[in-house]
Amino acid sequence: MLRDITLGQYYPADSVIHKLDPRVKLSAAMIYIISLFCCKGIAAFFAATVFLITVIKLSKVPFQFMVKGLKAIVVLMLLTAVFNLFLTPGKPLVSFLIFTITEEGLKNAVFMAVRLTYLILGTSVMTLTTTPNGLTDGLEKSLSPLNKIGVPVHVIAMIMSIALRFIPILIEETDKIMKAQMARGADFETGNLIRKVKNMIPLLVPLFVSAFRRADELAMAMEARCYNGGEGRTKMKPLRYQAKDRIAYLILFGYFAAVIVCRIFLPWPA
Amino acid sequence: MGIIKARQLVHEYIRRDEEGNVESIQTALNHIDIDVEPGQFIAILGHNGSGKSTLAKHINALLPPTEGTLWVDGKDVSEEANTLAVRQTAGMVFQNPDNQIIASVVEEDVGFGPENIGVPTEEIWKRVENSLKAVGMLKYRMHSPGRLSGGQKQRVAIAGVMAMEPKCIVLDEPTAMLDPNGRKEVLRAAHELNRKKGVTILLITHYMEEVVDADYVYVMDQGELVLQGTPGEIFSQVDVLKEHRLDVPQMTLLADMLKKAGVPIPAGVMTRAELAEAVLRCAGSMSDMSFHGQ
Repeated sequence: MLRDITLGQYYPADSVIHKLDPRVKLSAAMIYIISLFCCKGIAAFFAATVFLITVIKLSKVPFQFMVKGLKAIVVLMLLTAVFNLFLTPGKPLVSFLIFTITEEGLKNAVFMAVRLTYLILGTSVMTLTTTPNGLTDGLEKSLSPLNKIGVPVHVIAMIMSIALRFIPILIEETDKIMKAQMARGADFETGNLIRKVKNMIPLLVPLFVSAFRRADELAMAMEARCYNGGEGRTKMKPLRYQAKDRIAYLILFGYFAAVIVCRIFLPWPA
Repeated sequence: MGIIKARQLVHEYIRRDEEGNVESIQTALNHIDIDVEPGQFIAILGHNGSGKSTLAKHINALLPPTEGTLWVDGKDVSEEANTLAVRQTAGMVFQNPDNQIIASVVEEDVGFGPENIGVPTEEIWKRVENSLKAVGMLKYRMHSPGRLSGGQKQRVAIAGVMAMEPKCIVLDEPTAMLDPNGRKEVLRAAHELNRKKGVTILLITHYMEEVVDADYVYVMDQGELVLQGTPGEIFSQVDVLKEHRLDVPQMTLLADMLKKAGVPIPAGVMTRAELAEAVLRCAGSMSDMSFHGQ
């Protein structure tokens, strides 16, 4: 179950998308999310679909791998779809008992589901094709103006990259503790929700203890290697925009313009 | 002056209760004197709780001494202005390989140290390549540390320290969590750095087998230095070692038992080859004796 989480996982491959500057990918993900919520009408969604599929194809990440990330949000998606379906006021389409499905409701439900799916897929393309370190480097550099108003950008980026590095280690550890506790008769499967939550205690306590111990040791190891904050640090892999990054930005803005145009001129079915 | 010099070094762990009153004082280091010359391979032996890790943390300025002085390359570690310089001179490798690898790609982790001390980008790449080569991990440079074996992770950690070009590396029980193969890998890497690059190595361990090839050995127990000398000198005192709860290498133990049983074997035998040779020599002279006796 825990291993299905694709968020923050890197899929190594040799593709154009992998080689792009992380800042490009970060802004692409942002713009893509914004464009999804600007979408209105089939034409705009068609543009979003074409863009997403092209990027996925270019990234050489297997499609099944991306879909795995969707599993985690199936419940959320169903929930929003159901709410949209039944609770949107408008022209009634079908009506039974106290429920009424309206035309607008149906439209909203479908578009919302598509939006959420694309949102997850779009952001997973970014995380799957960028090393966690690249991602935080990109974030650090794009947010560095905030340093002037006292936001500790470097510290935040360092925290993020360490968190990402420790996700697989802590997942493995959870697995190990779970098995050890199960061997002693702990039960994580049966009972109602409250029981299940209670049963998690023998899992969470040792996990937290070991996480704190790890944090302590890691901090010491970092200090031993002369880490003392962002000042005076150099970069092994400094970020520099190249020709392909500029082209990527152009394509990105082209796509965004297309979505806006579709929204204004072809908003069917609005 | 040696690269590491300690005079009357004391460290006390003070436990306080909630009001700040001293509850108990545990002396982890009790008036330690140590001298290490550049280029030596030093082993510090000790049982759990002997204070050996505390000593290691002093050498890297991670812990301040309570009393006494420790100089690393002529710099007093208790002065805060020296902290970074000391850490650059004496690198440190810890016990758990997972908790000291910071980046998610091997080469980025090796580059972490040089990045911190402000080495220019091109120079970082050069250093990363050289230090990965020195520990034999160059072909894993693009790998994720999670997929490496324990011994390989520990070698990456050593490379990470090497990339800062320290004069001295302190290895704090680097093999405690490894399998026998991983242990051999790490020790081989450490010895190679010592021989080829002239880096001073301080190996802290509780495995007696690992100190056999050291130049000089310090034995610690309960915060005190109880024995020091060359491995040969140390291992000739099997009874003293046992008193300090240290396991003697099997060959030394066997030699000692033979000696106590009346077989004339020299003290300080450490390896299988040495013991075999000694036993053969004895067997030769004994069979002569028995022959003449009849």
